[in-house]
Amino acid sequence: MSYTFLQQYWWFLISLLGALLVFLLFVQGANSLIFVLGKTPEERRLLINSTGRKWEFTFTTLVTFGGAFFASFPLFYSTSFGGAYWLWMLILFSFVVQAVSYEFQNKLGNFLGVKTFQVCLVVNGIVGPLLLGGAVATFFNGSNFVVDKMNIVDSFQPVISHWTNASCGLDALLDPWNVVLGVAIVALSMILGILYLINNIDDEVLYSRCRRNLGYVSGIFLALFLIFLIHILLKDGYAYDPISGVIMLEPMKYLYNFIEMWPLLIIFLVGVALLLYGIIRTIMQSGFERGIWFVGIGVVMVVLVLFLIVGWNNTAYYPSNADLQSSLTIVNSSSSEFTLRTMFVVSLLVPFVLAYIVYAWRSIDKKKIDRSEISRGDVY
Amino acid sequence: MINVLEITSTTVDWSRAQFALTAIYHWLFVPLTLGLALIMGIAETCYYRTKKRFWRDVSRFWQKLFGVNFAMGVATGIILEFEFGTNWSNYSWFVGDVFGAPLAIEGIVAFFMESTFVAVMFFGWKKVSPSFHLASTWLTGIGATISAWWILVANSWMQDPIGQTFNPDTMRFEMNSFWNVALSPFAVDKFFHTVTSTWIIGSVFCIAVCCWYLWHKREVKLAVESIKIASWVGIAASLLVLMTGDHSAYMVARTQPMKLAAMEALYHGGVDQGLTGVAWVNPFVQADYANKEEPPMRIAVPHMLSFLATHDMHGYVPGVNDIINGYVMPDGTCEPSLKQKIEMGKKAIVAVSRYRKGDTSKVNRQVIAENIRYFGYGYVKSADQIVPFIPVNFWCFRIMVGVGCLLILFFAVSLFLVYRKDLSAIRFRWYYALALFLLPLSYLASECGWMVAEFGRQPWTIQDMLPTWVAVSDIRAGSVALTFFIFLVLFTTMLAVAISIMLKEIKRGPEHSIVESNNQNSES
Repeated sequence: MSYTFLQQYWWFLISLLGALLVFLLFVQGANSLIFVLGKTPEERRLLINSTGRKWEFTFTTLVTFGGAFFASFPLFYSTSFGGAYWLWMLILFSFVVQAVSYEFQNKLGNFLGVKTFQVCLVVNGIVGPLLLGGAVATFFNGSNFVVDKMNIVDSFQPVISHWTNASCGLDALLDPWNVVLGVAIVALSMILGILYLINNIDDEVLYSRCRRNLGYVSGIFLALFLIFLIHILLKDGYAYDPISGVIMLEPMKYLYNFIEMWPLLIIFLVGVALLLYGIIRTIMQSGFERGIWFVGIGVVMVVLVLFLIVGWNNTAYYPSNADLQSSLTIVNSSSSEFTLRTMFVVSLLVPFVLAYIVYAWRSIDKKKIDRSEISRGDVY
Repeated sequence: MINVLEITSTTVDWSRAQFALTAIYHWLFVPLTLGLALIMGIAETCYYRTKKRFWRDVSRFWQKLFGVNFAMGVATGIILEFEFGTNWSNYSWFVGDVFGAPLAIEGIVAFFMESTFVAVMFFGWKKVSPSFHLASTWLTGIGATISAWWILVANSWMQDPIGQTFNPDTMRFEMNSFWNVALSPFAVDKFFHTVTSTWIIGSVFCIAVCCWYLWHKREVKLAVESIKIASWVGIAASLLVLMTGDHSAYMVARTQPMKLAAMEALYHGGVDQGLTGVAWVNPFVQADYANKEEPPMRIAVPHMLSFLATHDMHGYVPGVNDIINGYVMPDGTCEPSLKQKIEMGKKAIVAVSRYRKGDTSKVNRQVIAENIRYFGYGYVKSADQIVPFIPVNFWCFRIMVGVGCLLILFFAVSLFLVYRKDLSAIRFRWYYALALFLLPLSYLASECGWMVAEFGRQPWTIQDMLPTWVAVSDIRAGSVALTFFIFLVLFTTMLAVAISIMLKEIKRGPEHSIVESNNQNSES
């Protein structure tokens, strides 16, 4: 295994984790619609108990995504988290309040009331995907940072990465293209949330309400995603010379990445097809409940490919608009060969982890949740 | 190139305060998660073996309290991982090659296990087989414990960095031995010391709740049976903590002598050092270590510190001033003075700078290799920067040890009473009150343990290699101060709700307890 292979491999794993995280945002999507889909306290409790058995997977995937990024590309961790301070802090705050909202809301002694924690879930459901989407969009559109490793030997100014303005990362939201992807991810998480609820809850009223709302959010998502896709295919991308490491702007870099890595293009198109099939069939065919499987797999494929075309094929995955040569690539930001190799061995456990997650998940989901289960205990 | 660096000492202070705040809050919940996991695992095993409904109620009751606590632990824990990036970004680059791996492994190996099986544990009672449910309960606890392992490996590496080399080409430390990092003696010791201390918290919590029931003449059977389990777990854990604590002191003496000197308020060391029992160290003012021989009103156990630190009654233990001025060990090895270390640190920094500018000669690389161990001292200006705040270390250490010893006695008394006496008798109200009094004390002792570990290593984020003011992110102090207060308000509110819910759950008691008590009445 060469160092280059390990860097590519770890970018693949990061991309896969990112793709799984976007899929698991169905928890946030469903939560953001608590008050839209659940008109009565009983219906809302049904929704919360449905997502409440999955929220820890989203949470854990987010933590693992962060940990894996730290271990494999520490310069990204250092530059992005330290620079875009407020962007990441707002994401974290929203996930902190989510973590207790399930457990606390229906318990005796909750002096803040049920609604407080339901609102917290809605806030996390919108803010989380919006800012995560905006943060990922900066992979294509760039951020305002500078990296200078020589700073560390300057006892007066030892920090190597810093933001070049005082926004602490909130400037990302001033770029309309970042907002477009952010809103698209919010809409996508709502689609996933609706499809998950359709598959997980046995309730006629909620089913019909979910289907009715699916059309609206799908329209918003598809329009925004298409606009963003056209934008990145036509825009200049950030390429680097594999020999010298020099970073340069290249016209339509991401379009060329699709063409030069054509298997990824095929995966991307299959993913889009699955996504559209799952949505359209759920809208068109009454009684069809398994749309989440098609859309979920499609989303993982699409997001995986988007991550890969922004990091593979000599592309700078975290470009700097302030100083082009500070842009991060999977070569200049990765851990050492030894660490990547060690972590490669650890990553061989991932299929085993996935296997027991699937087994446990199936054990819990053998029977759909219905209103009678809510009244029988073992619920939030 | 644009340069707008904003680092001030205020940024460093707020960043430290924020990390301390979030870590202290997180540690309010982790011990109970790990401790209760063991107790409810034992209770459910009793149910699995006996098939008695009583044990099912017992385990479900403790699981309910576990759930509230677990959610808080998860909520407060996510911040800590990301704070290394947000607030300590230079640190993240400088040692991320070594430090990131344990965090990633924790996520992949432990955190998924914990979060997968906790869902089965809570919602699976009627959905999975009893054996699968029992396995899920144990796997939740095992996942949490493995998670603790990797976090403590990461923390131990900061205290005693081994298994890495400096690479001037990348300007960072890089791992060269995974096993040295993962199985460092410091980490092994810290893991057992910390995890067994959490079992103590779980046991004291369990006994305190049970004593509240006994006080109110409720759930007597649940209370007595749970006290039996908790007392056995507690006595075993507290003896193990004593053992691992002794070894911890030995490890600290070898790797962080300044921390030990601060814990003991030992200003001038030497051979045949006694262990300070009590002394007057003003808790609010840094000790005058430069001008005083020792703190006033000191009562010490002769030779004991030498024995704890070196496993030799006559062993040499350096004090704060010895570490600043340099000292010679009895075996003849010389520990350089602070001045010499600063010189070596500066040599390392200059050599690295030269290397980056193109001087890759063998001589320059040799200078880097010889001095890199003291790299962090190159940023130190004066002695007061490397002396931790002595009063915090001194008093926290005494609270931890004092309460720890008290708890050994308490668990021994618990065992005697629960097996030999009728604990529900009204004359044992003093015992109930003692248990309730010891609950906050044991939490305090547990937090004090971490205070000693973390305050004692100041100013180092990585021992001798990276001081806090070089590890921090380039953020305005105002931003960090604002997030500090947001965390303070958020976590305090969440804590208040969690305590309120737990108190209500305890008041409500276990489900089916009425059926059970009816059965008891009919049996009697």
